[in-house]
Amino acid sequence: MIVKIRVTVLPKLSVLDPQGVATADAMKHLGWPGTPRVRVGKMIEIDAPGEPPEEHLLHSICRDLLSNPVIEDYSIESVD
Amino acid sequence: MKFAVLRFPGSNCDQDCLRTLRDNFGASAEAVWHKETSVDGYDVIVVPGGFSYGDYLRCGAIARYSPVMAAVTQAAARGVPVLGICNGFQILCEAGLLPGALMRNRGLHFICRTVHLSVTNVASPFTRGANQGEVIRLPVAHGEGCYFADEATLEELEQGGRIAFRYCEADGSITTAANPNGSVRNIAGVLNRQGNVLGLMPHPERACEERLGSTDGTFVFASLLGAGLSSVS
Repeated sequence: MIVKIRVTVLPKLSVLDPQGVATADAMKHLGWPGTPRVRVGKMIEIDAPGEPPEEHLLHSICRDLLSNPVIEDYSIESVD
Repeated sequence: MKFAVLRFPGSNCDQDCLRTLRDNFGASAEAVWHKETSVDGYDVIVVPGGFSYGDYLRCGAIARYSPVMAAVTQAAARGVPVLGICNGFQILCEAGLLPGALMRNRGLHFICRTVHLSVTNVASPFTRGANQGEVIRLPVAHGEGCYFADEATLEELEQGGRIAFRYCEADGSITTAANPNGSVRNIAGVLNRQGNVLGLMPHPERACEERLGSTDGTFVFASLLGAGLSSVS
């Protein structure tokens, strides 16, 4: 069995994301109505053979390695 | 006094630091590979600039888990001075030895030029050779140098006098125009609570010879060498 997990890491809402601002400007240039708020982050996909990792381990890896809690939030999604 | 200059895969200012320390100051300095598990016997640890681990994931995010960083953390707790320059600053923030984080420059561009800095702490072992508010010129070269910390942390830094350098105009005034990367409150370098860990984005090691355009970085190393640390042999 292979467990697939996706971790999404995004800049916190309280942090200015210059990539998101630049992307939003480009979207407006292409006709997007109004002023969208865009955040640019990263998605990390993990294929893990065997049993899924314990939840506390997964969270500690997200918190300590995959994201920087000073500037980023993360979310975890299991993919079937 | 013996300096350790850490070397990670992707470090590229390690030789600059070694050369400056040896040739400009006659200091004893050795490169220490990131797989080492001890930094015993060194009086100062320099975490140099570069692109450790290719900046994968985040700048410094993987380097902070290198074996040597556990030893650096212990040494810092014992009071050994630790100087993080550029990527070294990013690594120290990721490791939790310094507060805050370095983000993508506000203007998104990699910036490589000389900037003016105001020295705003002259009590640390790295800066005691400067005068309060002295304006110096140092080169910066970074894509992720925008310092960020939450308001509570910033207040703690201000109250503790732990902001060591701020980007400024030639006359010392702190303006938005003088801020090359969008760093909060123009912060270019910060100290830990004990004052023995300094991280800064500019490169003092690249400003210790006339032919490099500035000798304004000299005081950082001179301060360390003249700091009268108890372990000086």
